[in-house]
Amino acid sequence: MRMKLTYGAAALTLAAVTALTACSSGGSSGSGSSGSNPLSGGSSGGSVVVGSANFPEDELLAQIYVQALKAKGVNATAKLNIGAREVYYPQVKSGAISVIPEYNGGLLTNSVDTKSDAKTTVGVDAALKAKLPSSLEILNPAPASNSDAVTVTQATAGKYHLKSISDLTSVAKNLTLGGPPEFKTRPDGISGLKKTYGLTFKSFSPLDESGPITLKALTSGKVDAADVFTTTPQIQTDHLVSLSDPRHDFAAQNIIPLVNKKAATPKITAALNAVDAKLTTQALLKMDTAVITQHANYSTVASGFLSQEGLG
Amino acid sequence: MSFFSWAWGWISNGANWRGPGDIPQQILAHLEYSGLALLIAVVVAVPLGVALGHSGRGSAVVTNLANAARAIPTLGLLILLTVLAGFSPLAWLLPLVVLGIPPVLVNAYEGVAGVDPDVKDAARGAGMTTRQQILRVEVPCAMPLILTGLRTSAVFVVATATIAAYVGLGGLGRFIVDGLASSQYGPVAGGALLVVGLAIAVLILFSVLSRVLVPAGLRGSERSE
Repeated sequence: MRMKLTYGAAALTLAAVTALTACSSGGSSGSGSSGSNPLSGGSSGGSVVVGSANFPEDELLAQIYVQALKAKGVNATAKLNIGAREVYYPQVKSGAISVIPEYNGGLLTNSVDTKSDAKTTVGVDAALKAKLPSSLEILNPAPASNSDAVTVTQATAGKYHLKSISDLTSVAKNLTLGGPPEFKTRPDGISGLKKTYGLTFKSFSPLDESGPITLKALTSGKVDAADVFTTTPQIQTDHLVSLSDPRHDFAAQNIIPLVNKKAATPKITAALNAVDAKLTTQALLKMDTAVITQHANYSTVASGFLSQEGLG
Repeated sequence: MSFFSWAWGWISNGANWRGPGDIPQQILAHLEYSGLALLIAVVVAVPLGVALGHSGRGSAVVTNLANAARAIPTLGLLILLTVLAGFSPLAWLLPLVVLGIPPVLVNAYEGVAGVDPDVKDAARGAGMTTRQQILRVEVPCAMPLILTGLRTSAVFVVATATIAAYVGLGGLGRFIVDGLASSQYGPVAGGALLVVGLAIAVLILFSVLSRVLVPAGLRGSERSE
């Protein structure tokens, strides 16, 4: 009996909150409903629910989407920090989450088509469009990409005149490479670099996945080059250089909105595409550094970006 | 397939016993890391434990120090030191030494402090100096317990030296970490089985040592830790 009462009270409160949120149309900023249980799902009741995975960059992107939608008068709320793709993907499919900032390459090979070997932005998006379930669609990819990259210090880049992985051709045999342990066997790892660019490094150190150990190894000179994700804040704070990948050894990881079709009205689609058009890797790296390294407020950083680009 | 068939399939594959980073090399590296850590732990903890045990004071200090050290997460310390101190040997050595000290320290202390007071009296009565009392009477009497501490510590350190692989070093952990990262169960199971084998070899080594080092009059009276 007591349980029933509690549930009743909770349901009433929820209804009241939903009603209140529905009344306040657009305008005022807010941190969204990040306090509510992200696993509760439920219907979105006419409003757009922007979800995010459980890491800082995706939360920041979700904040940017929410504020951009609100600026266009769309009633949007945030459900941040939901979890890994295995957790949020079914929720976007069912419509409990309307939009989530995704990475095209990761989405394709983890959830949609694990056997795909598409590498370029165009190729990955085409494969996604062909294979996505009927309830889902992707919008335009942003130029911003958080992909694997062979990364060196500015000093090393200056010494050997490095801008792209191709520039390593004559020097790789003198350089040591670091990366996550699976880089030894991954198709785009050591074997991929050899096949695509003809590179053979002096040696390989198994470290971690673009984490503190890899970064320490790179900055302390234990390794000369390492596999580091392109929006890792230390690229900015420790003056590292991500080498470009003109022959596409690594798959594209462009930011892309994954949308449930029920929520994809022209107004929403246009608002999100407008954000993506302005989102570059440089801009994202700068914002990641602000929220991760300098502990800046996510929603302040998001609104700063939007107003700077004339979208807020 | 069971754990053992995975492990055996990998261990019995001759290719894993040849070439760079093969099984013999990693076993050697593993023994090098654990041996060095254990040596430092013994050099620090045995004299300290014996001295405190002889004086009969500091029981609370020893117990609390040892328990506090046991609460330090070895992997966390390894990663912290690697990030702070870079890739110096200190980063992997210190966590293993911190892990190895408590059993040695506590057992050396307890062993010496627990020597029969009549025996101590007799040594003093026979006109021995303090140094002679400690080295000729108290340490030999405490030897079974000191060796128990060493054995416990050696098994801890050998089993835990696998974590060196997290910061790019060798040892048997290399097979486990690399296998996990690339979803290959063979090296994970095989590496784990080799660690178990090494730990059992260490146990056997210490039972042989205790036959050699424990005075004949005390054999059979070895106490458990």
